[in-house]
Amino acid sequence: MSLVVSLQHFIFVSAILLSLGVYAILTRRNAIMVLMGIELILNSANINFVAFSRFGGMDVNGHLAAIFVIFLAACEAAVALAIVLNIYKQFNTVNVDEVATMKD
Amino acid sequence: MFDQINYSLQFIKPELILVCTLLVSIILDLIFKNKKIVIYFVIAGLVSSFVSLLSNSNVNQHLFFNMYAVDPFSHFFKIFLLTAILGIVVFSMFSNEVSEIKSRKGEFYYFLVALTIGMFLMSSSTNLIMMYLSLELTSLTSYLLAGFMKEEKSSSEASLKYVLYGAFSSGMMIYGISIIYGMTGSFDIFAINIALADGVTSLALLISTVLIFIGFGYKISAVPFHFWTPDVYEGSPISVTTILSVASKAAGFSMLMRFLKIVFIDPYASPSVNDWGVLEIVPIVEILTVLSVLTMTLGNIVAVWQTNLKRLLAYSSIAHAGYLLLGVLTLNNEGYSATLIYLVVYLFMNVGAFLIVMLISNKIKSDDIDSYKGLGMRSPFIGITFSLFLISLTGLPPTAGFIGKLYIFSALINKEMILLAVIGVLNSVVSLYYYVRIFRNMFLRESLPTDKEITLTLGEKILILAFAIPTLILGLYFAPLVEFAHASVSMFAGN
Repeated sequence: MSLVVSLQHFIFVSAILLSLGVYAILTRRNAIMVLMGIELILNSANINFVAFSRFGGMDVNGHLAAIFVIFLAACEAAVALAIVLNIYKQFNTVNVDEVATMKD
Repeated sequence: MFDQINYSLQFIKPELILVCTLLVSIILDLIFKNKKIVIYFVIAGLVSSFVSLLSNSNVNQHLFFNMYAVDPFSHFFKIFLLTAILGIVVFSMFSNEVSEIKSRKGEFYYFLVALTIGMFLMSSSTNLIMMYLSLELTSLTSYLLAGFMKEEKSSSEASLKYVLYGAFSSGMMIYGISIIYGMTGSFDIFAINIALADGVTSLALLISTVLIFIGFGYKISAVPFHFWTPDVYEGSPISVTTILSVASKAAGFSMLMRFLKIVFIDPYASPSVNDWGVLEIVPIVEILTVLSVLTMTLGNIVAVWQTNLKRLLAYSSIAHAGYLLLGVLTLNNEGYSATLIYLVVYLFMNVGAFLIVMLISNKIKSDDIDSYKGLGMRSPFIGITFSLFLISLTGLPPTAGFIGKLYIFSALINKEMILLAVIGVLNSVVSLYYYVRIFRNMFLRESLPTDKEITLTLGEKILILAFAIPTLILGLYFAPLVEFAHASVSMFAGN
């Protein structure tokens, strides 16, 4: 039995990653964990880009898009971690539920 | 290839000037202790960008291998955005929240320049990756601006909520883009349009459209992607709240409008002014209708219970996004130009209202609606101008708000969407209730004996008048604005 890796497999992996990312964002209360969930979502998009570009017979744009998204994930992590660090200084916690001074 | 780039560069001088302003002001901020130098340099950069923008009118070009469009539509938005940002730079100079942070004051102003660059790119992008990157440039800068007062708990909390919601929605958006890329093989929205018209699976297309709309919906704070709005608006410095509610919302709308017009319109039918010929593969008008009705209704109804003025204005700005979406969903020239008119009107009345809230919070350190009791009697100037802005936000004549709403509703009626127009008018009635509550507190309630009179300096009065006079004049003499808006969308169809 030989296993041929095709486009479907990649799309499955990316869909699973996306679902895991959304699950992490919805259930984790630690801000760092939520950020990890966001990284998962970005990477699932990256897998899609590269897989479509490789198997869809498309141009190299997909690879380039993936590189841009990787750069962007780095920028976003830098900004978000700075903000989380500041939250820790102010609230002494990074639990997103406890960071709630404003209420309806 | 170099020819194309060289050719393109001559049309993006305003953007290039802004980039140079950003880089030089970062260096100036490092060298000089006196941050005034940075502020004046930023103002000079913005003004010279404005001048070069004005000399750039009547261009209709696709640049950088179809990634970037300089056309009347983006020209309109760039003038709008620069006016808003210049207004807000001056506005911030009066803000105690910004001025009290002496060491990082320069930072605030060059972030504003970075934000402007991001919004310029948003209004001109015609490529999905370009759109995504410019949206992120705007968002990343806004996260930092929202948390600018990092010693304050509320501001830090605002930036955390903003970054989490923002990163989540933009992540969903890039996933949607990746699916569209898989289906059409391109990031160029014109090529995507042709691929869609030639037929693609509609379920995957529907999913990816919805995912991309999460990104747009978060930027324009449409329900159900609005959860960040009240907290971020309340926690951020008021000048940042103003930018988010006016400039970055307008940039989001410019990107949304261009995306809708190019991607979901039948490329083979020749569009007429009143009917562009929407592609039937995705129920795009229905999606927009649901978004718009939800947005204005929820915004207006929740605003009724608010006691903090910044929060109240946050919900009111959600409601206004709903009215703006009403203009967008008609998908014809009239609706689009009505949206542009409404945005300009909204700029003056909303910045004016936030300006007064900021000046009062500078003096009495409170945004609570109860602390406005008897304000109209104590300082009639504030009372009268604030009432003018509130009347305009409600949409009553003879103010600019009335003209904005009039054009949106008449576009809906001409498109025979009477029910939506009725829902819009009913929503304005609800909004009257909470705006009048502020008015009642100012004029019909007694102030506490401990309340002091609020005196404004001459500069502050002039700044308020700079927003109040256009709000009044655009309600009476609006022909030039209407013509400008019509001319800006005429490239989409017809003459």
